[in-house]
Amino acid sequence: MIETKKTTETLLKVENLKKYFPIKKGIAVQRYVGDLKAVDGVSFEIRRGETLGLVGESGCGKSTIGRVILRLLEPSKGKVIFEGKVLNELSHEEMRQMRSQMQMIFQDSYASLNPRMRVGDIIAEPILIQGVSSRAEREKRVCKILDVVGLSPYHGARYPHEFSGGQRQRIGIARALALNPKLIICDEPVSALDLSIQAQLINLLEDLQKEYHLTYLFIAHDLSVVKHISDRVAVMYLGKIAELANSEELYKNPQHPYTIALLSAIPVPDPTVKKDRIILKGDVPSPVNPPSGCRFHTRCPKVQSICKEQDPNFRDIGNDHFVACHLV
Amino acid sequence: MSTNSDADKTLELYETSSLFLEIWDRLKRNKRAILGLFLVIFLILVALFANVIAPYDPVQIALKDSLKEPNLAHLMGTDVLGRDIFSRIIYGARASLIVGVVATSISLVIGVIIGAFSGYYGGWLDSLMMRITDIFSAFPFFLLAIAIMTFLGPSLLNIFFALGIVGWTNYARLIRGQVILVKESKYIEAARSIGAKDRRIILRHILPNALAPVIVYTALNIGGVILAEAGLSFLGLGVRPPAPSWGSMLAEGKDFIFNASWLVVWPGVAIFLTVLGYNLLGEGLRNALDPRLNLRRIK
Repeated sequence: MIETKKTTETLLKVENLKKYFPIKKGIAVQRYVGDLKAVDGVSFEIRRGETLGLVGESGCGKSTIGRVILRLLEPSKGKVIFEGKVLNELSHEEMRQMRSQMQMIFQDSYASLNPRMRVGDIIAEPILIQGVSSRAEREKRVCKILDVVGLSPYHGARYPHEFSGGQRQRIGIARALALNPKLIICDEPVSALDLSIQAQLINLLEDLQKEYHLTYLFIAHDLSVVKHISDRVAVMYLGKIAELANSEELYKNPQHPYTIALLSAIPVPDPTVKKDRIILKGDVPSPVNPPSGCRFHTRCPKVQSICKEQDPNFRDIGNDHFVACHLV
Repeated sequence: MSTNSDADKTLELYETSSLFLEIWDRLKRNKRAILGLFLVIFLILVALFANVIAPYDPVQIALKDSLKEPNLAHLMGTDVLGRDIFSRIIYGARASLIVGVVATSISLVIGVIIGAFSGYYGGWLDSLMMRITDIFSAFPFFLLAIAIMTFLGPSLLNIFFALGIVGWTNYARLIRGQVILVKESKYIEAARSIGAKDRRIILRHILPNALAPVIVYTALNIGGVILAEAGLSFLGLGVRPPAPSWGSMLAEGKDFIFNASWLVVWPGVAIFLTVLGYNLLGEGLRNALDPRLNLRRIK
């Protein structure tokens, strides 16, 4: 656990956020036939200095949330409030200037680095855009950042393809750090790496958080990674948050049947332990036509009739623990 | 980062950042491409040093030497006005090269601008620009060039304009497609997230990654443009006589094709070798840039 001073002060607040992707069909004239509801009414807050883990299956909308927060995608509805400013009401130019405050680390470190730019230029670019016009000054800062993420200054002269996956992710982290942001959205930053490298990078991210008082939104599908790094964890299912609680509370005392099922799937490194794994049946329903009522009812082992009719409220059950389930 | 697998290796080469080194590395293993490159460099040298190489003034009329067969004094013979064919071929290379390079550059610049805006911004701007492109490409290439030249009158400047204007549509389409492809990359999203403006994203991130196929098309296209210039000059719509051009030399020689065949053979050979050179080079570049095509050739 990280020992930085965590406040209850809200850095980023997301209110009833929705992102629908319209589906169009037709050859000449495109007909609107429906929406893919990637994110469908999500509210949460991130507190200054904390790490909020966001977990869920592929396609549940967790990466979309990250992109909508940074306005790489425009939200369909709802608000993103960063330090009291409603981001989606800012003009293009105002938003561009806000970008130095919040950065992103991408999952695919290979695809997210321009193959025709030198690493030094990739890291210097945000500094240049921020308005540091002196080349010497930029180079000084790039060298420092390279050092901070565990690379050497001479790496700056190389191209991204000359690095290993772990090193490339360090470059991605360096680029995100270059602007001294307050919030970093980590979109599955270690999912594509092997375990030993994952551990190194997680430790790096934790060290950086301490040193630079960073706030993370850590998006992942690996529960053990999230448990290790997060202060609080939100579990997403099909565009909605099912449960949100303190990391320890969530792992010890999960309330939502989906969370319970997910946690039961974490392997335990002890062959003598017998676990009752809850196997969810069927596939995740389509986000184009989500199930009525509680979205999880088609696969929930404890389903009741009310679950099919009413969408459960996302409510506080005390101890900073929020659940969206009728049965709790 | 070294891997043993061949697939990874080609990927690695393809992604190498020093574009020219990478192309050269693959190109030099392809004999046909090297032949093409040799022909192109030869043409450029001949054009550059025409005044040094040519033994005679290409427009000097000497009626007593009319229609001389190729001999030691006139390596390729003389035409009906007694002008040295060899010297005219050498100076003709200048016209061909200049037209090829300038007209292609005009097409390229228009194509890059329209293609980049169209592909990057999309929406109604894309639709509008692509419909304009469709209108231009609806006319047969050569017919449109003839029409423009007839309207403007024959001169070198007008050839640049005519061939530049008729040729840009393919560039615009090619670049638009590439831009749309590259635009979806994660590193473009990353550039946007650090607050890069559109101009920087297009110039620094999209175009350098979109231009490889355009380079190939450009090399292939220069040959076509040179051929078109020869065609226009043959029809009397090209370089203004008496300035030598391979196309107009063909036109002047066609009446004597049976009794003085050297009048048409040498300009024909010159056009043939030039176009061949650019085509071989272009094809070689295409293979050098596309690992899949390369594998098929080796098989």
